[in-house]
Amino acid sequence: MISSGVGQSGLIFEEALIFEKGSPGRVGYSLPPMDVPETKIHNLVPPSLQRKELPDLPEVSEIDVVRHFLRLSQWNYSIATGLYPLGSCTMKYNPRVNEQVARLPEFAHAHPLQPEELCQGILLLIYELEQHLAEIAGLDRVSLQPAAGAQGELAGMMMIRAYHAAQGNPRRLVLVPDSAHGTNPSSCSLSGYSTKALPSNARGLIDPAEVRKSMNEEVAAMMITNPNTLGLFEEEIIEICQIVHSHGGLVYGDGANLNALLGIARPGDMGFDLLHLNLHKTFSTPHGGGGPGAGPIAVRAALAPFLPVPVVEKEGNRFRLNYDLPASIGKLRAFHSNFAILVRAYAYLLSLGAAGLRRIAEMATLNANYLRTQLAPFYHIPFNRLCKHEFVATDQVQQGFGVKTLDIAKRLMDKGFHPPTIYFPHIVPGALMIEPTESESKESLDQFIAAMEEIAEEAQRDPSSLTSAPHLTKVSRLDEVRAARELDLRWKGK
Amino acid sequence: MRYIPHTESDVQAMLRAVGLPNLEALFADIPEALKLKGDLNLPRALSEPEVISRLQEIARMNGHPSDHSLFLGAGAYRHFVPAVVEEIVGREEFYTAYTPYQAELSQGTLQSIYEYQTLICQLTAMEVANASMYDGASATAEAALMASRVLQRKRILASSALHPEYLSVLRTYLVNLKMELQLIPWGRGEGTTSLPEAEKQLNSEVAALILQSPNFFGRLEEGSQLAELAHSQGALLIAAIVEPTSLGVIQPPGEWGADIVVGEGQSFGNPLNFGGPYLGFFATREKFVRQMPGRLVGRTVDTHGRPGFVLALATREQHIRREKATSNICTNEALCALAATVHLCLLGPQGLAELARLNLQKAHYAKEKISGLPGFDLPFPGATYNEFVVRMPRSAVEINRKLLKRRIIGGLDLSRFFPEMDDCSLFCVTEMNPKHEIDRLVESLEELTKGVK
Repeated sequence: MISSGVGQSGLIFEEALIFEKGSPGRVGYSLPPMDVPETKIHNLVPPSLQRKELPDLPEVSEIDVVRHFLRLSQWNYSIATGLYPLGSCTMKYNPRVNEQVARLPEFAHAHPLQPEELCQGILLLIYELEQHLAEIAGLDRVSLQPAAGAQGELAGMMMIRAYHAAQGNPRRLVLVPDSAHGTNPSSCSLSGYSTKALPSNARGLIDPAEVRKSMNEEVAAMMITNPNTLGLFEEEIIEICQIVHSHGGLVYGDGANLNALLGIARPGDMGFDLLHLNLHKTFSTPHGGGGPGAGPIAVRAALAPFLPVPVVEKEGNRFRLNYDLPASIGKLRAFHSNFAILVRAYAYLLSLGAAGLRRIAEMATLNANYLRTQLAPFYHIPFNRLCKHEFVATDQVQQGFGVKTLDIAKRLMDKGFHPPTIYFPHIVPGALMIEPTESESKESLDQFIAAMEEIAEEAQRDPSSLTSAPHLTKVSRLDEVRAARELDLRWKGK
Repeated sequence: MRYIPHTESDVQAMLRAVGLPNLEALFADIPEALKLKGDLNLPRALSEPEVISRLQEIARMNGHPSDHSLFLGAGAYRHFVPAVVEEIVGREEFYTAYTPYQAELSQGTLQSIYEYQTLICQLTAMEVANASMYDGASATAEAALMASRVLQRKRILASSALHPEYLSVLRTYLVNLKMELQLIPWGRGEGTTSLPEAEKQLNSEVAALILQSPNFFGRLEEGSQLAELAHSQGALLIAAIVEPTSLGVIQPPGEWGADIVVGEGQSFGNPLNFGGPYLGFFATREKFVRQMPGRLVGRTVDTHGRPGFVLALATREQHIRREKATSNICTNEALCALAATVHLCLLGPQGLAELARLNLQKAHYAKEKISGLPGFDLPFPGATYNEFVVRMPRSAVEINRKLLKRRIIGGLDLSRFFPEMDDCSLFCVTEMNPKHEIDRLVESLEELTKGVK
């Protein structure tokens, strides 16, 4: 029997830059014919505004382009290739049917400004998806406009500012736990807020006493990720939200880690006032090598007047886009949303239903705890207790052999796995943040465990096989210092 | 559930390994009061064939694109997308991969982004481009923030012929940062940014002047004169290129003095998708690279000296610099950028020129025909690319309603953004509008306005 995993040999093609291929005069395009009488260009565009020289784009045929990008694609690892346990990224399976329905011509070729009577299906889908996400979050209203989680955060912080400003004082400060995603403090800065980092306690959680100490009438909000980036549920969440509320502050939820709570518990019930969701994490839309995603923002009714415009409204059986929201924070991007991403998330929700969602939370949590307990004999796990969708291990044991987290990550590639998120959260030195998601079977997890065990063993026996890893990838470790020092950000000619 | 591989015996074996009696116990850390007692209120789960039927049913509530001819642009353009683009974007290795943090396993994504960055530089005649932003509007706002960082100035001047939605996004981004946004009016009868007004408003407190060309009314702007004016006060010129196929015939902003070039890349390889996902492109001069927002891919070598690609200058970014980052942006729009890359490679210099020529000529043909109809004229005569404004003898609302009965989606009713222009429409004609469609539009406009003065 041949087991699944990395092969003993491979055929990897070298591939030049597309600019180094082709030949003058070779073409890869086909355009409709010129079927109108032509006017002399000088009569249409003043010579001073004309392009003098065409850009130095590649001159290649269609097969050249296909072969080039196919070869490039083969250098990527992907969720379709195998286990991709990036913590806080929720690399779950991206169902193919979602891709198919997102390409229906009535969706794909709809112009964003076409008459509303030709968009009724689109608006219905948006309306229903908003309702479903509000139900899952336990909040009242949802805007699907933000193009990504970070933009959802920005929308949320701007709404918080607008809310406080409407009451006479926008306030000054936002509390952010030290374990938070980097986008949190950065989104605060962009909304004109300063941040104060709150230390986690010895159990890796937010300490209500710390919140009480820092909370006052100048604090606009507290941003909380629950479960947090250590994969731990914030057990004092009810009390924490009450403290923030008692000073008139709002509680913002970073929904990156919502996967573990689907159908189990709802942020709105915990006391969160706003929550952004990542459709490209929890709701299975593809990451695309770094976007496009979508970062809807869900809010309590009191914040609804500040939602970005337009909002979809239902009048009888008709849907319309309402731009007339006087207190709105405005627009964060042109047009409505990353609509084609919304279609995928909607199809995903239809496929799962309530029971399916709950099953996802259960299996994601079971998988994470299974990995945690099975890896505990080989790796230091600073908070080795019941976790949710992810947990954090470290290189503490392996450091004794001169092996670091980076080496463990790189060696995992040789074993056929994508590494976990590394060196995050910053509060755990040498962190390996592992999130398997519900998509992985027990066999697949067992293979990963075996690989991690082998690596732990190699660290003792043959540390250089780790410190020089990876060996089987197309390139070995790349010189990032040189990349920053001798900037080469584009091809500059033959 | 077909997306979840666990069998009942897997679950039992794993629970035993974890040391828990049942699935309930996995959530023992959640306070009892917070646990949902029943199911979420969601529709029942559908099988795959049911999902497809339901989505088809919803899709049919829209108009079918092949039933209508479309003359709308205004920031979203219908261009031909070659079959190759969709096939390559549909490669799982591209679309199901994460951001390329682990370079050794992401060389495909990284090299394609490096190629994209090069193509954007070639197209715009700039020196450095990032891996893409959310869309043209948010890229424009990020450019304003960058100009403010570079010059430590707080005022932004924007042409009022900038796309109104770009202006709204700009307002949203600037309002909380104690930055000031001032608008330069367009010249009446011209539809282009007024030079004397720009001169009046420019001073040493202005960080940047933002100019769109072709502008929202389709008019080509005299970019070099405005750039000179901006530079004379030490301000930067930000060019917003909302329809980049125009760069196949129009002088690229890098040649007329732009310091930052942003724009909407949707026109290359990305379908309309009701407004998203699109991709914002962002290019500038090398000297400003450390103030740029967003991801950058750089070429370097591996430990054996072989060439390879990595994410470069990450120290500007939020995951390292947190509240001091150049932007809060985390992802780019990699897959949309890949579509644009593939499309531009297929086009090549000749295809780009041909595409631009088709748009220019067809739009000109339509502009001449429509403005020649009795009662129709051009409020902003002068050079355009593939969009133009027409003043009509009846309101745009009424004309569009009647056109729609003939299965024609007319131009954009400008009263949507400029209430006083309720008799004006912004028409867009691309290579996707064959002559017979244009002729039918012209005939319909004539018939619908017959006898009106």
